[in-house]
Amino acid sequence: MTKDQKTPEEHVKYLKDKFNTNIISADIKKRAAGSKKNETPSIWMKIDKGAFKEIVKYIIEYNYPHLAIISGNDLGNNIELIYHFTVNYGTRLGEINLHISVELPKSKPEIETICDLIPGALITEREKQEFLGVKIKNIPDNRRLFLPDDFPKDVYPWRRDEKGLEKLYKNLHEVKK
Amino acid sequence: MSPEATTKTTYHVPIGPIHPALKEPVFFEFEISGERIIDIDVKLGHVHRAVEWASRKRNPIQILYLAERICGICSYCHPAAFTLAIEAAADIEVAERAEYLRVIQGELERITSHILWAGVAAHEIGFDTVLFLTWEIRERAMDLTEYLCGNRVTKGIMTIGGIRRDITKDMLPRIQKDLKYFKDNFGKLAHIFLDDKTIKMRSQGAGILTKENALKLCAVGPTTRASGIKKDLRADTSYFAYGDLDIDYITPEALTGEVNGDVYDRIIQRLLEVKQSIELIEQCVDKMPAGDIVSEPKIAKVLAQLKKANGEGVGRHEAPRGEVIHYVKLTGEDAPFTWKVRAPTYNNILPWIPMLKGEQIADIPIVAASTDPCMSCTNRVAIVNNGQRSLLNKEQLHRLSVEKTRRLMH
Repeated sequence: MTKDQKTPEEHVKYLKDKFNTNIISADIKKRAAGSKKNETPSIWMKIDKGAFKEIVKYIIEYNYPHLAIISGNDLGNNIELIYHFTVNYGTRLGEINLHISVELPKSKPEIETICDLIPGALITEREKQEFLGVKIKNIPDNRRLFLPDDFPKDVYPWRRDEKGLEKLYKNLHEVKK
Repeated sequence: MSPEATTKTTYHVPIGPIHPALKEPVFFEFEISGERIIDIDVKLGHVHRAVEWASRKRNPIQILYLAERICGICSYCHPAAFTLAIEAAADIEVAERAEYLRVIQGELERITSHILWAGVAAHEIGFDTVLFLTWEIRERAMDLTEYLCGNRVTKGIMTIGGIRRDITKDMLPRIQKDLKYFKDNFGKLAHIFLDDKTIKMRSQGAGILTKENALKLCAVGPTTRASGIKKDLRADTSYFAYGDLDIDYITPEALTGEVNGDVYDRIIQRLLEVKQSIELIEQCVDKMPAGDIVSEPKIAKVLAQLKKANGEGVGRHEAPRGEVIHYVKLTGEDAPFTWKVRAPTYNNILPWIPMLKGEQIADIPIVAASTDPCMSCTNRVAIVNNGQRSLLNKEQLHRLSVEKTRRLMH
């Protein structure tokens, strides 16, 4: 697990050189804690969907990452997925957080699965499908995860548009006749 | 035998949503051949309460208390991770003394949780005397929690920018007395769990999670460390006062010299972590700097600052069961735009599959419990045999497990 370890700056530089325009933005944030003010580095990167899988492959080649979770935002026209990876765990204060954000247009909210590279992504990918209404292409298990089977189709709880929960909970008092 | 029974070689056994290990719902469907488990399917969501969605109508201080109610055992780590996320998103300073107090609370929660788990594990294999012993020790930890927080379960101790209660000088003797009590009893517990022949027979070689599987399935916490992966946020990153403290990775190697990734290793792992937690609390008590316990005591001011903040942040804390991660996005409104919660059990679900494959039905309770799931549990098991349903309730499944232990003892 301890190959030649790169600093966050080196990671960003390498990725920018390799994928140039596919990296929309990359920020390194460091947050100090405790009396000694040791820092934890985080890389926040916005990338283009096209290079997404290649970048995940790069991370795996460097050091098999831990995928903590995929979180998501409904940004209006787009749905943003943020993949929270960490690398370099196992060395004292050496861990780097990698937050990779991909925006998918609502007209075609599709992204490739990464289950073939990181099998542990399955649960969180299934959750994103049912809660944000994105389509994970080639996902090994397409079923729902948390929502019950009789939950209405095409309603996604974390959406903020007409596909959200509004109409479901606002009219709870209305009884079907 | 009917012709049907001779042609069909495997059966499907649904277990849950109310299940064998702890008293929470998750649904398993086991494909079995005789006594062996061939395949497992897990279904979740029976207690999905949409807390993330509920946060849309709450401000960050209100969410702290909502986060606290996600889980009764992790009632400190969820607000802790949420606070870390908010502090990162809005760049809020934290009082130095509070960083140490936060570690003390976190480690006390770990002691309480791991000892509770040790009792449940003993109960699952039929050692109820050990259950009562561990719960006596846990009671002391709960009393100490009450002494430090004013509450036993929902502690209400975390706040943005610091912590809500100080530990004053006159409180230290009580803490030291209790830590000594934990240390003394730790030896007793370690002896029971690590030297008992029957516990070894039930747990060694059972529910193996290989290092490769733990890595690929993104397992967290004691579950992954017991498989030999050095992954512990307290050592990996600098948050709270962990960056200042002397802390090292613990894997079962420290005791046995080898890693098998079985249930026995997960028992060792948690016991060693209890010892580590006691030492960390001692370090904090020694090193704690004097000063304020919160950077901004006026909550209205904090909320006003958060209302102006724009940004996103991630908070990660090593909870008793592993990494808990919260993501927060602030967009200059009362409520955060997004709040995503991920508890450790979420990542420890997939590892159940390789752990349980090839095991016996009687091993389900102890193997499922060995990851310390925070939402599992079986009241009732239905066995579909030859098209006829027969029901096994929780007590019968538990009895199967106890009987296996008894068989091994003779």
